[in-house]
Amino acid sequence: MTDSQRIRLLSSSLIIGFFLTWEVLCIVLNVSDLILPRPSEILVTMWTRFPVLWPHILQTLYSTLFGFSLGVMIGVTLGVIVGTSKIAYAVAYPLLVGFSSIPKVAVVPIFVLWFGSGTTPAVLTAMVICVFPIVVNIATGLATTEPELEDVLKTLGASKSEILWNVGLPRAMPYFFASLKVAITLSFVGAVLSETVASNMGIGNVMMTASSNFQVSLVFAGLIILALMGVALYAVFSFLERRVTGWATRGNDIAVT
Amino acid sequence: MSITMNMTATIPASSTQQAKPAGVHPRPALELQDASVVFGSGDTAVTALSPTNLRMDRGDFLALVGPSGCGKSTILKLVSNLIQPSSGLVLVGGKEAKAKELRIGMAFQNPTMLPWLTIEQNILMPLKIVAPFKHTYRKDKKGAFRDRVHDLLGQVGLKDFANHYPWQLSGGMLQRSNLCRALVHEPDLLLLDEPFGALDQFTREELWQIMQTLYLDRKPTVLLVTHDLREAGYLANRICVMSARPGRIISDEPVNIPQPRDIGMIYSPEFVEMTQGLRELIAQVRNA
Repeated sequence: MTDSQRIRLLSSSLIIGFFLTWEVLCIVLNVSDLILPRPSEILVTMWTRFPVLWPHILQTLYSTLFGFSLGVMIGVTLGVIVGTSKIAYAVAYPLLVGFSSIPKVAVVPIFVLWFGSGTTPAVLTAMVICVFPIVVNIATGLATTEPELEDVLKTLGASKSEILWNVGLPRAMPYFFASLKVAITLSFVGAVLSETVASNMGIGNVMMTASSNFQVSLVFAGLIILALMGVALYAVFSFLERRVTGWATRGNDIAVT
Repeated sequence: MSITMNMTATIPASSTQQAKPAGVHPRPALELQDASVVFGSGDTAVTALSPTNLRMDRGDFLALVGPSGCGKSTILKLVSNLIQPSSGLVLVGGKEAKAKELRIGMAFQNPTMLPWLTIEQNILMPLKIVAPFKHTYRKDKKGAFRDRVHDLLGQVGLKDFANHYPWQLSGGMLQRSNLCRALVHEPDLLLLDEPFGALDQFTREELWQIMQTLYLDRKPTVLLVTHDLREAGYLANRICVMSARPGRIISDEPVNIPQPRDIGMIYSPEFVEMTQGLRELIAQVRNA
């Protein structure tokens, strides 16, 4: 068995062990379903209520991805501006820090005020929450590009945009993808948060409604679904990261053939 | 001081090629006219290069040697348009050095291959940037340009490494790819900034021979900056010695050894005598 197989096995056992312990403790300590339902009950609820839950899952996914896409576009644009110009970096930095330190929960009421409850505030929350990590990472990636790499193109007479396309942006890709993994998770949090406060759709709303109706196992089913969705989104972007920026995270599994 | 020697006895008669006499072409490949470089201003100003005159004809292989910090690399940066002269003129092919219109190939001591591109993609890069190649780059990607890269790689013995990434190659292999990248767009002027400095002796001598072959095949105008006097003597057909900071050229002598030169030559008494002469000259200007 290789090391990676062993790690995978141990990590699966840990997850299974966690749920088994939970199940056993609930039975042994005779915990009420209203406080903490057993994993088996949650699973049953998830299964039986799945047709009802499915549109909500799609809704949350939609808000997350839509907001995330907007956030990436804005973040990359701002990041390129801030990262390629030392002056822009110095001028914009205080404002960026100011914006990024606002707890994003606080903007949800403002979006609701402007756009009413529903999908729009969820999308916008998902957007604002993920912009800043992307800006900071793109800017850092561009600003730390080795001048020697740029000189290679400069001596060839490359224009500023040619240098950006051929050196700056590829060089910033590892930073960009590292930020995407953080950003997609944040977007997801933002969307669910907004749904919880002001929406009649989405997993956040389902959990809120279930909680006020004391459907405790449905609340937990929502939680598990959120966890699974979060892991799936993270995995997608990790995979993309490895595909695109493998050159930056090469391991020891390399041999000249 | 005279840097002349006669090695014709050890070289096959068919390959005797003398250094071209100066002034054959009306417009020199490279000309510095009182070019100087001053960094900073006022009291903190540092003169990196005193007003310097230098003229290179097409096909010249000029080696620039001198103590460290004497402004050798400054001259390269001037010519490659990375910095501007504080006074005087830098003319490449009769025109002022504006990298846009020039075809310059440059290889630094550090190979600076872009780590996210394969060796082939790295060497294709100049064709993507430099006119007229860049206009047909997209159309031609799979055809002539790639063949050109593969020919070059074959010539430096890296035929099988086109699809490897830079970190999979050794220092010597990287430096060979670096030479390919500097030559792929058929530059009018090839600038070499101690390209073999970081290599071990055996690899270095191997690369000198490769460099000589590449040069004799294409006859670009080459300006080589180096610390290594044997490298200068083996490769160049002209050696300029620079004084310590602020730098200026104090000696400019041809190397009258026919090319191609045999690598064993660098251990011959005549060659050692020549490099010794250069060495003493540099030792003098260092202490001056």
